[in-house]
Amino acid sequence: MISFDHVTKRFDDGTVGVADLSLDVPEGQVVVLVGPSGCGKTTTMRMVNRMIEPTEGTITVDGRDVMATDPAELRRRIGYVIQQIGLFPHRTIAENIATVPGLIGWDRARTAERVRELIDTVGLPEGVADRYPHQLSGGQRQRVGVARALAADPPIMLMDEPFGAVDPIVRTRLQDEFLRLQAAVRKTIVFVTHDIDEAIRMGDRIAIFREGGHLEQFDTPTAILAEPANDFVTDFLGAERGLKRLALIPVSDVKADPGPLVRPGDPRDRVQQVAATEGTDWVVVVDADGRLCGWAYVDELGEQVEATGARPFSLRVFADDSLRKALDSMVTSRTGVAVRVSGDDRYEGMLTQDILTREIV
Amino acid sequence: MIDWAWIGRHTDDIWSATREHLVLTALPVLLGLILAVPLGILATRTPRLATPVLAVSGVLYTIPALAMFVFMIPFTGLTVTSAVIALTIYTLIVLVRATIDGLASVPRDVREAAEAMGYRPAARLLRVELPLALPVLIAGIRIATVSTIGLVAIGVIINVGGLGRLVYSLGFQRNFFMTPIWTGLALIVALSVVADLALIAVERRLTPWSRGR
Repeated sequence: MISFDHVTKRFDDGTVGVADLSLDVPEGQVVVLVGPSGCGKTTTMRMVNRMIEPTEGTITVDGRDVMATDPAELRRRIGYVIQQIGLFPHRTIAENIATVPGLIGWDRARTAERVRELIDTVGLPEGVADRYPHQLSGGQRQRVGVARALAADPPIMLMDEPFGAVDPIVRTRLQDEFLRLQAAVRKTIVFVTHDIDEAIRMGDRIAIFREGGHLEQFDTPTAILAEPANDFVTDFLGAERGLKRLALIPVSDVKADPGPLVRPGDPRDRVQQVAATEGTDWVVVVDADGRLCGWAYVDELGEQVEATGARPFSLRVFADDSLRKALDSMVTSRTGVAVRVSGDDRYEGMLTQDILTREIV
Repeated sequence: MIDWAWIGRHTDDIWSATREHLVLTALPVLLGLILAVPLGILATRTPRLATPVLAVSGVLYTIPALAMFVFMIPFTGLTVTSAVIALTIYTLIVLVRATIDGLASVPRDVREAAEAMGYRPAARLLRVELPLALPVLIAGIRIATVSTIGLVAIGVIINVGGLGRLVYSLGFQRNFFMTPIWTGLALIVALSVVADLALIAVERRLTPWSRGR
């Protein structure tokens, strides 16, 4: 765990970079520091490995005051990734990745094995090991930067706009890979960005800073989106706060409604009754095994419900999809609902706009 | 115009003059490097020192070579030592500047990354900064070498030897006998070109990473 206790950083010219900051980065979580430029987010991050030293207050890493720890020793246990990457141009990719293992004296075989493993972990082609950084693309270099930071398996990672220098498509892919990797390795991560959407996506918790190094709010993304602490945070979160929140909540978090549910073989008068109760002019058809057949207008049905006559739902959502996807499915389907199915296509209920509204408000 | 027979009779002389010239060039450049690199590092680490270091070596550089040689005579006499000291001083300004510029050419993010990985200052200098400063430093060494080759020729005034001897003692002082003059000049030019090419080869060998950039 990383702990800031009343930390202030005043620079030589008198400007305050960080003002009386108290904040805990829990073990195994990603805490995103976000805010406009000049808000002290990078300064805060760089104080963790003593690249910048605090003027007042204490920063502890696993209970030890960083100012009482030898800087080089401290840094070797903290992975560091920056936007400019800072690969060593005179070393091959393998040598770059092997930097910290070299500094802490791993033997050759162990280092080589680790380098091979990491090249694979971060999704680089095997052939890059003996290339020089300038021979790689921007996205590949960024992956090398991450691999280098992970090399000695540090429990803590500091990442300063790590995906800022690549194009949006590559960025999204790197973000996805990062989240997948983090789910497996569970590092304690301080992640700096100026992009609130990136913060919402990547953070277990978000710390929103304003100019002058003031922490305005520190909470989970959903909590911040639901209840911004003040006008600054509200402005910073920007438009579509509700949609951003829906993107974070999985479908499994809300109770799905059975809806106007009928089965093949149900007689016409029962269908009419079900639709009337639910207030729809259509019904959803589910077979005896619980599999979703589709939907049908009440008026179209004959004497009894036929499985083959149902129209397919073009969009369906699964338990781990976001509510935002469910909303998308509602607004693009004639029925106005999102049907939830399991992986083997069994019907699990439907989400309506009423349910979503209850969730947001 | 050229007395080929004379050349044939004096191959030993020509050869030893060339060797002297090489030594008189290599020695000051090496001594200059040994002094300049630490000075350049010091100036980079302590920006307050950069200006005085560059100013002093700059002023020394403006003293004409002839005057410098004469100035040395009371201290070390008409000796090779005088010449080597004088020539070393001339290489300083170029080499100190090259060291400072070379270290400044190391990208900031690379230096920062090295620090953040946990390099201590000395290791960072030796294993990251100096290797990356090499291209600029070697460019400085090339300039220092070629200009020293030219200055050694003038050193004949205080009798240091080298190819200047062919031009001056065997040519000018013997009623402008042209054969040694031309031979000496041609060899001085050849020496400069060869030394420069050799240093380019050294650079390519030491910085395989910068190829094709």
